[in-house]
Amino acid sequence: MKLTGTVHRFGNDVDTDAIIPARYLNTSDPEHLGRHCMEDADPSFASRVSKGDVIVAGKNFGCGSSREHAPIAIKACGVSCVIASSFARIFFRNSFNMGLPIFESDEASAEIREGDTVEVDASTGLIRDLTTGREYRARPIPAFMQELIEDGGLMEHIRKRGGI
Amino acid sequence: MTIAEKILAAHTDAGDLEPGAIVKVRVDVALANDITAPIAIREFQGAEAPLADPDMVVFVLDHFTPNKDIASANQCKMVRDFALAHGVGNFFDGGEAGVEHALLPEKGLVLPGDLIIGADSHTCTYGALGAFATGVGSTDLAAAMLTSHAWMKVPESMKFVFTGELNPWVGGKDLILYLIGKIGVDGALYRVLEIGGPAISALGVSGRLTISNMAIEAGAKAGIIGADHKTVEYVKDRAQRPYTVYESDPDARYFSVTEFDCSNIEPQVAFPHLPENSRGISETGEVRIDQVIIGSCTNGRIEDLREAAQILKGRKVARGVRCIVMPATPAVYLQAENEGLVKTFLEAGAIMGPPTCGPCLGGHMGILAKGEKAVATTNRNFVGRMGDTGSEVYLAGPYVAAASAVTGKISSPSEVVS
Repeated sequence: MKLTGTVHRFGNDVDTDAIIPARYLNTSDPEHLGRHCMEDADPSFASRVSKGDVIVAGKNFGCGSSREHAPIAIKACGVSCVIASSFARIFFRNSFNMGLPIFESDEASAEIREGDTVEVDASTGLIRDLTTGREYRARPIPAFMQELIEDGGLMEHIRKRGGI
Repeated sequence: MTIAEKILAAHTDAGDLEPGAIVKVRVDVALANDITAPIAIREFQGAEAPLADPDMVVFVLDHFTPNKDIASANQCKMVRDFALAHGVGNFFDGGEAGVEHALLPEKGLVLPGDLIIGADSHTCTYGALGAFATGVGSTDLAAAMLTSHAWMKVPESMKFVFTGELNPWVGGKDLILYLIGKIGVDGALYRVLEIGGPAISALGVSGRLTISNMAIEAGAKAGIIGADHKTVEYVKDRAQRPYTVYESDPDARYFSVTEFDCSNIEPQVAFPHLPENSRGISETGEVRIDQVIIGSCTNGRIEDLREAAQILKGRKVARGVRCIVMPATPAVYLQAENEGLVKTFLEAGAIMGPPTCGPCLGGHMGILAKGEKAVATTNRNFVGRMGDTGSEVYLAGPYVAAASAVTGKISSPSEVVS
């Protein structure tokens, strides 16, 4: 599967309060959460983002709370995937569990610019910056987590395979 | 092997426990709250199967309770209806509910050697009892409700040894803020903190719970403190089931081993907007404040309230400062009442709040306006964490928080107590 979109850049240590502030956690409705995605980091983000767009961030993206509302909000506002140099671990597992494609690459994180168009091959982890022509390889993911993605998340994985 | 590896080994049939291996583990306790349980319940209901083990599921309605608005009330009702219909073994609501990570140890629901997952990042608190406890998302919770199992990447451990004696006014909060200041908010990413040494042995269980609580603020998967006689003393009358005390082997492999001499550590304050921005109280400068929060899963236990009361007794909260004291559980509140601490707080001009996570995450009961500053005994000081994105949170222990309430600016307790 190829994911293609315009890049929105964020910095290091983007926390889950910035991705979806706690004041919106009185609901888990994806559409509502999507409307407030990244609000405390960039209030105009949710109105600017288009379907398929890509978030590129620095280190430790998604640190803080375990709220699955964060990857839900990112997915619901139309973002197709997140590229960062590293992810906080709960955000990392939540994304695989609920089917938000994420990719780790120090080089991609450092070099891809705001507004570039990127294309990501979700199955190989090949990231192509179509604006600059540069290519990056995301860090490989363990076989089990690749399975989670192929199955469509943890609950589908359990349904298909009769257990974790 | 490390404690973390031993606990994982005891909960899996997998032979390979090399760091990085992904294993399927049996879960002893699966926890969620009024914010994370609704998503878990919806995912679980999609599977149309019964709870694998109702006794291992714990739901605590503590974040936006007492219900802060209609939407929160609806979320709580959904969890309540499910818990009652499915016979969830441990469901805490109303006057039985408290801040989850203070409540579960107090009730003896989390024990040494346990493997605990919680749909709340501060689930790592229980590491202080010698358990492997880690925060997960709601989908992991749903999977555990369905199968009693979770998937786990075997982590490496980083060992931190605290030596020497604690300086005056220094407690668990100061040690963990100091540690996070040294390694950063992702300094332990994907790894386990194993924390010990003579200064940790000298701390009580409450101070240790504070330390493990903030392991996540260094990115850690768990923050484990080996169980000792104090731990066993704490759990023995609370435990309703057997438990196992694990120690790391002398030849256990660590990613790193670091020693901190506590004689170099003064009371700490973490400046906005990351917990890693910690500095000694002598380096804080003049920071005027509008609010003080004393409570939360980090510092809302009776020992914390005693520290705050020691400072506030016979003194007054500075004019213009709102000092909100929230005992973390009903039992802590009652104990504070019985010890006269509630009277001390009220006479000082503090506000007594109910056991709730409330203001810690900017939920309710202590929200900051634009430009306002708070000293809080909570665990996060991210942008907008306690209210407006233009507000600021400074993290500290109960002594510093109470002293700051008295002076109206970030202060060392020694400025207030002669």
